[in-house]
Amino acid sequence: MNLGDWISQPVNWVFTLLALASAYSGVRVVTSQNVIRAALFLVGALASSAGLFLLLSAEFVALTLVLVYIGAVIVLFLFGIMITRAPLGRDVALDHKRRAPAAITSIILFAVLSWASIRAFAGREVTGVGDATDTRLLGEALLGRFVVPFEVVSFLLLAALIGGITLARKDLSPAEEEAREAT
Amino acid sequence: MQLIDYLPIAIMAALAVAFVGVSLFVSKFFSPRNPTPEKLAPYECGILPESEPVQRFPVKFYLVAMLFVIFDVEIIFLFAWATRFPDLGWYGVAAMGIFTLFVLETLIYVWKRGALDWNVSRRARYRPVDEERAA
Amino acid sequence: MDGVDILIVVGRVLAVFVLLLVTTIFNVWLERKTIADMQNRVGPDRAGPFGLLQTVADGLKLFFKEQINPSKVEYGMFVLAPFLAVIPALLLFMVVPFGRPFTIGGREVLLQGADLNVGVLFILAMSSLAVYAVVLAGWSSGSKYPLLGAVRATAQAISYEAAIGLSIVSVVMFSSTRAGGTLSLAGIVESQAGTYLGFLPRWNLFPQVVAFVIFFLAIIAETNRAPFDLVEAEQELVGGFHTEYSGMRFAMYQLAEYMNIFSMSAICATLFLGGWNGPTFDGQIPAWVSAVLPTVWLLIKTYAVIFAFFWIRATMPRLRYDQLMQIGWKRLIPAALVWLILSTVAISVRQFGLPWSA
Repeated sequence: MNLGDWISQPVNWVFTLLALASAYSGVRVVTSQNVIRAALFLVGALASSAGLFLLLSAEFVALTLVLVYIGAVIVLFLFGIMITRAPLGRDVALDHKRRAPAAITSIILFAVLSWASIRAFAGREVTGVGDATDTRLLGEALLGRFVVPFEVVSFLLLAALIGGITLARKDLSPAEEEAREAT
Repeated sequence: MQLIDYLPIAIMAALAVAFVGVSLFVSKFFSPRNPTPEKLAPYECGILPESEPVQRFPVKFYLVAMLFVIFDVEIIFLFAWATRFPDLGWYGVAAMGIFTLFVLETLIYVWKRGALDWNVSRRARYRPVDEERAA
Repeated sequence: MDGVDILIVVGRVLAVFVLLLVTTIFNVWLERKTIADMQNRVGPDRAGPFGLLQTVADGLKLFFKEQINPSKVEYGMFVLAPFLAVIPALLLFMVVPFGRPFTIGGREVLLQGADLNVGVLFILAMSSLAVYAVVLAGWSSGSKYPLLGAVRATAQAISYEAAIGLSIVSVVMFSSTRAGGTLSLAGIVESQAGTYLGFLPRWNLFPQVVAFVIFFLAIIAETNRAPFDLVEAEQELVGGFHTEYSGMRFAMYQLAEYMNIFSMSAICATLFLGGWNGPTFDGQIPAWVSAVLPTVWLLIKTYAVIFAFFWIRATMPRLRYDQLMQIGWKRLIPAALVWLILSTVAISVRQFGLPWSA
């Protein structure tokens, strides 16, 4: 495929736009000085990845990304911010000095992901999956081949919530409560 | 599925942005603009704000959001199963039933731990877990 | 796909846009008039015949009002928030089929903004995006009441969205036994064609009545209407998340709210009340009347739901916040889960026989 063919396909334009938007939002998530702003750029990054899934005609996955990540997980982040600190204004302490480990980790992660995707798709055209990702096929795969992981997920969710509650709600006994109020 | 199915969605989103943008922008030209310090102060029923907005919110909100994430995942899985329901038969019902029972159990646990009780004082919320275990 | 097809798509989008704007103007008037009648008042009656133009007058007034930028706002986010309110509100109706598809000049024209295979998920996704307008408005205002209102509103919205999702799952499960599993709203409407015993329409309402009740209560909460309008509880929170908004920016929130009411009612009518299904008297009356009738049926059903919204608002006092969360998490969601299990087992017994006999 030469450059002329590449430019003539609108799908490629949409892909370029989405990829740029997702990369830009990703960078801004890290560089934003304000936690809420960073969370909102994360929304942008997730929304553009949902767009990428749409391009691969995986609409169920795309909308799941919007529904679960943008609609629930980021809201959880926002609440997490609201319960821990003043959600207003600029946050000077939002940076830290350990940049080298972060850089090494992200380079390794990038290398692993690129290696995996090149190994999996090298030389093959990824677009035009067509009807292969129909919701019904997904349901079949989920309850057929992947039924054990699927049931394990439910157990994992239960464990996560019990952990969350245990951390969040340390119920004090009346005696402890009084001691705490006295101080 | 074809990508073209999503063309109307994209057009409508663009139309929505244009509509709001144009209304807000044009309205600025026709509306007065005379800011005064009183008008620009954060609303506080007419008196001067004495404190900043609340610094922290109760942790309950966070737990509700966490519970919602779990239910959202559950709903997504349920949709994938529901479209295939007639073909999967009792096997699918059993698989989904186990999953749903776990989620139901999560809800019951959260309920019994009192995370869904609002407007309850700390003391009333206390449940002597250790004493129950000892008894 | 050629030029004419593109024109048809643009036409469909414009049709949805105009429909939403016109019904919003009408619905604001209808609500004020309905509640006025229920409270033995006259209601708006000055602007235009029966006061019909009152909403237009209000809109024009807001158009010429100052857009105040209070000193503590985060300007960019503050202006972005109204956009985020209107975009999902307009997109929500896109997946609702509002009439029977017809053929003109050899082309099939869908009376639906976009027939997505995953329409149901799209509805849930859009209503979860609506949360961001509220969060952003509350946070960027830099003021107490908006922030409190926004956090409350978000917790409320996510609680009731879970109930909406679970009740829709029951509907999808039920209609997959008829129409071969689909998440498209057009498919769900088609699965409700015909009648039981020759006179009772085959609406999902009858077999899924519990899901209907849960869905209806949850959409009242999701659109922040009384008695679940804790978001803007005037006595406690002044105006809630949009306290600091004025002029056209405020008008955008009102617009989005009424669009959401209309779309959610239409979705309710589509999922449970048969959508555009209804007698069309094909061949007995002029063809164009038969073509328009399905749209009329959908509008009648939608307005029945909207009227129930207004009726409840005029009747019920506002709930307390703890009551609101309790109804959501301790009543509606367990009820939806239990109903899902019960109806699944009942339908499975009918479809596949008893489990041990299989």
